[in-house]
Amino acid sequence: MSTLAVRKAAPAAGTTPGTAQGPPLRRRIALIPTVTLLLGAIYTLLPVAWVVIASTKSGHELFSTFTFLPGTGFADNLKDLDAYRDGVYWTWMGNSALYAGLGALLSTAVSAFSGYALATYRFKGRETMFNVLLAGVLMPPVILAIPQYLLLAKADLTDSYLSVLLPQILSPYGVYLARIYAAAAVPADVVEAGRMDGASEWRIFTRIALPMMIPGMVTVFLFQFVAIWNNFLLPYIMLSDDERFPLTLGLYTLLEQGANTPALYTLVITGAFLAVLPLIALFLVIQRFWSLDLLSGAVKS
Amino acid sequence: MSSSTSRRSYGVKGAPYGFLLPATILFALFFALPIGYAVWLSFRKVHVSGLGLGPGARQEVWAGLENYTGAFRDSELLDGALRVLGYGCVVVPVMLGLALLFALMLDSDRVRLAPFTRLAIFLPYAIPGVVAALLWGFLYLPDVSPFYFVLDRLGLPQPDLLDGGPLYLALSNIAVWGGTGFNMIVIYTSLRSIPAEVYEAAKLDGATPLQIALRIKIPMVAPSLVLTFFFSIIATLQVFNEPTTLKPLTNSVNTTWSPLMKVYQDAFGRNDIYSAAAEATLIAVVTLLLSFGFLRAANRRNKQEAAG
Repeated sequence: MSTLAVRKAAPAAGTTPGTAQGPPLRRRIALIPTVTLLLGAIYTLLPVAWVVIASTKSGHELFSTFTFLPGTGFADNLKDLDAYRDGVYWTWMGNSALYAGLGALLSTAVSAFSGYALATYRFKGRETMFNVLLAGVLMPPVILAIPQYLLLAKADLTDSYLSVLLPQILSPYGVYLARIYAAAAVPADVVEAGRMDGASEWRIFTRIALPMMIPGMVTVFLFQFVAIWNNFLLPYIMLSDDERFPLTLGLYTLLEQGANTPALYTLVITGAFLAVLPLIALFLVIQRFWSLDLLSGAVKS
Repeated sequence: MSSSTSRRSYGVKGAPYGFLLPATILFALFFALPIGYAVWLSFRKVHVSGLGLGPGARQEVWAGLENYTGAFRDSELLDGALRVLGYGCVVVPVMLGLALLFALMLDSDRVRLAPFTRLAIFLPYAIPGVVAALLWGFLYLPDVSPFYFVLDRLGLPQPDLLDGGPLYLALSNIAVWGGTGFNMIVIYTSLRSIPAEVYEAAKLDGATPLQIALRIKIPMVAPSLVLTFFFSIIATLQVFNEPTTLKPLTNSVNTTWSPLMKVYQDAFGRNDIYSAAAEATLIAVVTLLLSFGFLRAANRRNKQEAAG
């Protein structure tokens, strides 16, 4: 909103005597931001462009042709990747989708419950509970993952889907965002009116509050989806059977084997390219629904 | 009437605890219990009697502070901490400097292609750290990298990016690439929340965009700069994925390159979970102390500014 106002005000400012030499100066200034941002975009897109092109090269072309020249081996690379250990790559991709999809869904539900409770009720121990949950953000993941592994090993749960899914359901950051969003989106008098009508607390939450919280919960879901999809450390510690690996861990093991055999490079590169695709697609499709502002905890009220 | 009111108010009283139950259970099982267990393990060790064979020959016994004194004397841990310090001194200023620069540019008047460039710069956020390290890792390899191709054509010297000093820059670049977009969005969001009237007076006074950026915008987004700085420091201390992924490509990244890699190596490479637990506890304590110290300093500054 404010940028719009600034933009509208700009031409008017140019007509005032104070900025008489304005036009040429402003044109030059407007060039600097645009060029700076374009350079930034080139920097961030460069490795992505590289992997797109490199994935089209055959193993021979990869080392012999100029890097940004497309090759002819994309179909063969796909075939090789598909043939690698009976298509274990697709299993990894399915696993990543399962971990991230189901994990983010459960995580969003837990965040919504907690955030709603922390935002709308006044109760004993509220701030303490919130602060203790938030302290979880500060815990280095390795420090949690190693004892989590040892404890799950005692319960005979390591190297299972659950061992990767369960520890990622509670997201302190998700709870934090849900609290902020619920506080801004669910008016106290609406909850009170529901109570006056004799609705149960659960009914008030599911029928009144939850629909109001949906946009914020989409953000929590996507944030958590990306976090789980990108997680490497937890599966790295928990899993040894590559049938349960997510993409990140699978690609890492592929690279580990491929480092000494350049013939496997094309597999790693094609695998990396396909691994990036779903998230970029997800990003482009849902960026309209995703209030990025909320990532920083900013809520327009 | 009165009984139904009291039942209802009882329901209201219990409700928040009910809503918080799943989070509480998960927190107890996957945060509190593991942390407690790690602390407990850090005071334990294995006592081997005889040759360590047969049942009962290996017993877990109380170790006191032995694992902690061991961790302090461990040069690998200290070296890792120093390496991460050097790495952080590059990553944090460069990443946040770029994030602030891009945010200010996005916020300036008459900028073109802003939606496209904003999305492009934010894109690496969606790319797993492992994949990012893998992509850049290949771009650092002389055989396949376009940079070396260009250097070769220009007849310039070709440094080995995966060794010595350049390795720090190579690793830092991966972190900067991955983190700038997210921080840019955080700073940009708070820039947009500044009301337009604030600039109007300055503009009428003939202030240049640069002056407005330096004198008005940057001071006003200081809180979000503090926040991004804080989270960047924590993320830097915890670096693990990127050096681990580059490890297969170079001999210069060893298994104890960063403190967290050292913890992992001790726990699973050397099977010494007790030392690993002590090191992990130490890192957690340092992180918490830094965090609280930092937040207190930031709070104090805010209060002073509010008072002044």
